[in-house]
Amino acid sequence: MNAGIPPGPDSTRIGSAEIPLLSVKNLKKYFPVREGLFGRPDRRVHAVDGVSFDLRSGEILGLVGESGCGKSTTGRLILRLLEPTSGEVRFMNENVFEADARRMRELRREMQIIFQDPYASLNPRRTIGATLEEPLIIHRIGTKEERRARVRGLLEKVGLDPDAVNRYPHEFSGGQRQRIGVARALALNPKLIVADEPVSSLDVSIQAQVINLLEDIQDEYRLSMIFIAHDLNMVRHISDRVAVMYLGRIVELAEASDLYRHPLHPYTEALLAAIPIPDPKAGRRRIILEGDLPSPVDLPQGCRFYSRCPKRLPDCLKEDPPLVQIQPLHWAACILAR
Amino acid sequence: MAIRPRTAFERFWGRFKSNGPAVAGGFIVLSVFVIALLAPILSLYDPAYIDVGKILAAPNSDHLLGTDELGRDVFSRMIWGSRISLLVGFVAVGIAILIGILIGAVASYYGGWIDDVLMQFVDIMLSIPTFFLILAVIAIVEPSIWNIMIVIGVTSWMGVARLVRGQFLALKEKDFVTAARALGANDLRMIFLHLLPNALSPVYVSAVLGVAGAILIESSLSFLGLGVQPPTPSWGSIITAGKDTIEIAWWLTLFPGLAILITVLGYNLLGEGLQDALNPRLKG
Repeated sequence: MNAGIPPGPDSTRIGSAEIPLLSVKNLKKYFPVREGLFGRPDRRVHAVDGVSFDLRSGEILGLVGESGCGKSTTGRLILRLLEPTSGEVRFMNENVFEADARRMRELRREMQIIFQDPYASLNPRRTIGATLEEPLIIHRIGTKEERRARVRGLLEKVGLDPDAVNRYPHEFSGGQRQRIGVARALALNPKLIVADEPVSSLDVSIQAQVINLLEDIQDEYRLSMIFIAHDLNMVRHISDRVAVMYLGRIVELAEASDLYRHPLHPYTEALLAAIPIPDPKAGRRRIILEGDLPSPVDLPQGCRFYSRCPKRLPDCLKEDPPLVQIQPLHWAACILAR
Repeated sequence: MAIRPRTAFERFWGRFKSNGPAVAGGFIVLSVFVIALLAPILSLYDPAYIDVGKILAAPNSDHLLGTDELGRDVFSRMIWGSRISLLVGFVAVGIAILIGILIGAVASYYGGWIDDVLMQFVDIMLSIPTFFLILAVIAIVEPSIWNIMIVIGVTSWMGVARLVRGQFLALKEKDFVTAARALGANDLRMIFLHLLPNALSPVYVSAVLGVAGAILIESSLSFLGLGVQPPTPSWGSIITAGKDTIEIAWWLTLFPGLAILITVLGYNLLGEGLQDALNPRLKG
């Protein structure tokens, strides 16, 4: 039996010959809480609290969870835009957090990011041409003419007029700006792109266009992508596998088709039930989650989802269930799933 | 494209030109500039020419603003004095802005203990009464125009440092700055291409207001005899000479005093106007 890509160091990697492109192991990021003069000094936000997963070459992994679950922080840690509290990110079997400044700069050629807010992700005082040429200048790629040609090619690739090079970001719509953001991420031909809610702030009509663009590009360049989103519907179409995060942990990880058909974690079930069905007559069971997300500063005892779980049992308070393999390609962190 | 969105500058200009006092300030600032520029043409007399036959002459058709205690033409001296005021104002502010940007940028970009140390230094500088510090320094070094510009500049950069630091701290969280980091941009590229260009608009305001402050300090120093040294004419030093004869020769204090008042007012109005036009939401 091929165990495929195990999510963490605890699972054994059976029969998987290839080294994954990206391997995240027990990644943690705690932010100190600044309080008043006499606040307890050791209080920390557990933004990412032990995340592990692997990413195959050419794979798109959807990373889903509600606001504040640590999905964006995870993305930024992978690219080492933040330093972790502990844990490991191995990119092509190299520990990213151990790279020195020079090596890090080389690694950055291989991994790029696309942001959520296209109005904040472009420098308002630089032309589109300057913004897209910048990665090539930083990494000393090509002559001036070659770089200019490449920039025009990138603009065409993302469906924009190459003559846009002399214009400024404010002259473009949100969807167009997001395409420019995609072009910037592609400029260095990276192996990995972290797309941090790339369509969440776009109009619904534009969302599909940008998702299709990302899919086309992924297909053409054989990119690996971590696609972060806050609802399962968004990533259903594009992801090969999906990881669901809750309060800094992955609670379920499975092949996309499997996860949508047979969710094992009650939180995933609730998220799936929240997806609107475009048929008013279709009867369905809605799962209303009670209460708010517990504070990531004062983590609850036992299962993190206990306070909101519709299926909670007294046993759930005994331990915080680890992410374990339930089926060959399906991991979940719930005692009910075992 | 049928309708081009207005550029940031067009929106700024639209707000600025509908602000009466700001336009008036701009007009004053421009006028003083032209006067200083055309000093050799506008002044009818050599500002240093002593005419003992016409000591303390009241304003008349030969001497529009009268003469001083040595018979020198006050109008001509004031016109040449405007050059001193502007020169000191701009060079001093230029020095202050360079120091302020450097310290503010380094403090906020590197953060940590570097930030702590530099901002403590800013607080210490701010706690020293600037004018007395300048007086003390001028008492030690020779009171030349260059020393005055340097001393004013070196004692008035703290506001700019704080402004730039605040701007940088906000900008560092922006995605386009993170994007540049993700691309592997080095510190110089980050600071000079991504952070600084987006941090400058409040610095412009601070600079314009700073020119007014520097002109006032220069006038005060010259009034105290610690500024620009004779025979170079300066508005402050004309007033000094006039204070002894204020009862018989009012024009020696009134006209240079008005020149200082109007010029400083002009820079202040322009600065406030820029502030409102650049940050319309802050307008009180």
